[in-house]
Amino acid sequence: MKDRNHLAKVGLIHQVKIVENGLIDIPMLQVLRPDGSVHQEAELPDINEPLCLKILQTMQYIRLLDERMVAAQRQGRISFYLACTGEEASTVGSAAALEPQDMIMSQYREQGALAFRGFTSKEFMDQMFSNQNELNKGRQMPIHYGSKALNFMTISSPLGTQIPQASGYSYGQKMAGLNAVTICYFGEGAASEGDFHAGLNMAAVLNCPVIFFCRNNGYAISTPSEEQFAGDGIASRGLGYGVRTIRVDGNDVLAVYAATEQARKIAIEQQCPVLIEAMTYRLAAHSTSDDPTGYRSKDEEERWRLKDPLQRFKNWLDSKGWLDQEHNLNFIEQTRQDILKELKLAEQVPICPVEQIIEDVYDTPPWHLKAQLVDLKKHIEKYPEAYPKTSGRL
Amino acid sequence: MAKMNMLQAVNNALITAMNDDEKVMVFGEDVGHFGGVFRATSNLQQTFGKGRCFNTPLTEQGIIGFATGLAAQGSVPIAEIQFADYIFPAFDQIVNETAKFRYRSGGQFSCGTLTIRTPYGGGIAGGHYHSQSPEAFFAHVPGIKVIVPRNPYQAKGLLLASIRDDNPVLFMEPKRLYRASVGEVPEDDYKLPLGQAEVITQGTDITLLAWGAQVEIIEKAAVLAEEQGISCEVIDLQSILPWDVETVCHSVAKTGRLLINHEAPLTAGFASEIAASVQERCFLNLESPICRVCGLDTPYPLAHEKEYMPDHLKTFEAIKRNVNF
Repeated sequence: MKDRNHLAKVGLIHQVKIVENGLIDIPMLQVLRPDGSVHQEAELPDINEPLCLKILQTMQYIRLLDERMVAAQRQGRISFYLACTGEEASTVGSAAALEPQDMIMSQYREQGALAFRGFTSKEFMDQMFSNQNELNKGRQMPIHYGSKALNFMTISSPLGTQIPQASGYSYGQKMAGLNAVTICYFGEGAASEGDFHAGLNMAAVLNCPVIFFCRNNGYAISTPSEEQFAGDGIASRGLGYGVRTIRVDGNDVLAVYAATEQARKIAIEQQCPVLIEAMTYRLAAHSTSDDPTGYRSKDEEERWRLKDPLQRFKNWLDSKGWLDQEHNLNFIEQTRQDILKELKLAEQVPICPVEQIIEDVYDTPPWHLKAQLVDLKKHIEKYPEAYPKTSGRL
Repeated sequence: MAKMNMLQAVNNALITAMNDDEKVMVFGEDVGHFGGVFRATSNLQQTFGKGRCFNTPLTEQGIIGFATGLAAQGSVPIAEIQFADYIFPAFDQIVNETAKFRYRSGGQFSCGTLTIRTPYGGGIAGGHYHSQSPEAFFAHVPGIKVIVPRNPYQAKGLLLASIRDDNPVLFMEPKRLYRASVGEVPEDDYKLPLGQAEVITQGTDITLLAWGAQVEIIEKAAVLAEEQGISCEVIDLQSILPWDVETVCHSVAKTGRLLINHEAPLTAGFASEIAASVQERCFLNLESPICRVCGLDTPYPLAHEKEYMPDHLKTFEAIKRNVNF
């Protein structure tokens, strides 16, 4: 047995001295100024033109998708939507720094990461219309995406539950000897859940190759971050758990990319967790069920609109001579049409046949579920007009 | 009297309780300035100040642990869990702490002033995590009361009774009815008794029993049955724990038949407990097996929500089968 001394690292003092909050300064990495110009002393990540253009197109794509789907919800075509406007740099920039074999475990505002992985407009629409082509079989509300093929774990609404799961998933990747990490996204509100604390502590103690990526966007529905925590953001907690930590400007896609690339390197090489706190702002409402005018001012939103991550990145690309304006306008128009086309197609596709209701509860349905399905089908046969979505295909 | 929907009735009850007793405090996620995601706590912070109505960090176990301690101190906390689907991080606090506080201390300490409010139930396209009806989990926990109102009048009277009851109460609000259910509500302070069911419609052929949003479902089924010459006695259970076995058995002794309807999955739902107790007391009165019309034994699905729900048509069919047994 190894001799242990848990006081070995503890220094001594001989007068009462309470350690004050805020003694440790955690600065924020920023490469691009809000106008898109590069800080003189900034170290640019090693990133080429095609990757930059893919990042740009994904950010633009997500903004167009969000606009279209918020409108579709207002028109009553889908029941719910949740936009990520203003946070595109955080999710797209981080996903761009990963490898395809890395698992993504997201909260629910990370459609940027999913789109970067290659999730198509058709797949987005099938999910939001809960139709029979949907990968999760239409069982969850709109925006609860999931794709095994793209290593994007299906989203769950309860907050923070994915955090300890990400620790476990990455431990499995490590034990299997894979050259892969797990990235776990969550908001600063979810970081108040007990699962956050459990997840970080376990990852640190068990040396899990996981990147905890906190989108600190200022609000948990209506609750501003100053009513969420009194400490120095989420980054300070990483240090408390012995997790390597970096704070980054979440509206600066190059800074996010650089931080995530470095975090991945550390997680793989040293087999340990890293926490990234991306400072950003939720320009969107929490969801289409929310109305931010009840808790924040238009002025505040306007101030953040000036820090738009998309415009910032475009300005930088332009300064590099990598932005072909005409080509980009064509891309936007083409994307708009493509999204609308897929929306119109997906809303015509029926939901899964009723048999699907008992599948996947277990690996195979036990007797009682089979019996319940038999009764249900008999009932639908008797009242076909009351169950129009399934009665036509019994 | 004033016309109110269920949200307004809940809000009115909270205002009444806060006016009546300055030890009453209301808190939870987004309940402060914003007034809650459903607006059940509108204007409470503006009226009573941040000390008595406030946002909490986003931690359900924290909210209930905090509320339990606050109640033990002698304050009167009303804690909101934003959706009943999200109550499970607080399950440990409720089951192991709140419910056992008095018993484990030999009656020295109590958190009986605590009320937990939470919206529950489906029918709003909420999928797995905005639709569940978890009352049966809590019905298994000695030491708490579980209450479910069916309309604005019941909501105000039962909520005020829950707040003033000297036991921790889980008050489950059927969110499908928040705006849909409108009725006359006294503006005065009043309480309705906990632990009592209410016979809504007298009948002779079969007893229909439900709670919360499902009461209107069995009422609808009763109308269909009436057209077929079947007379239904409709009962709202209101209190899940403790439940009014006497009113239910009195009715079953008269009708000889019982149908129980709940949204939660069939297996080990609260209907199972009712059926077991009723057959013990009414075995010789029963003319047919006690029948359950419940949610399927699957997670609550989105696309197949209509198929999943124990609706009035399924209830009507079950009534006919039961009467013709």
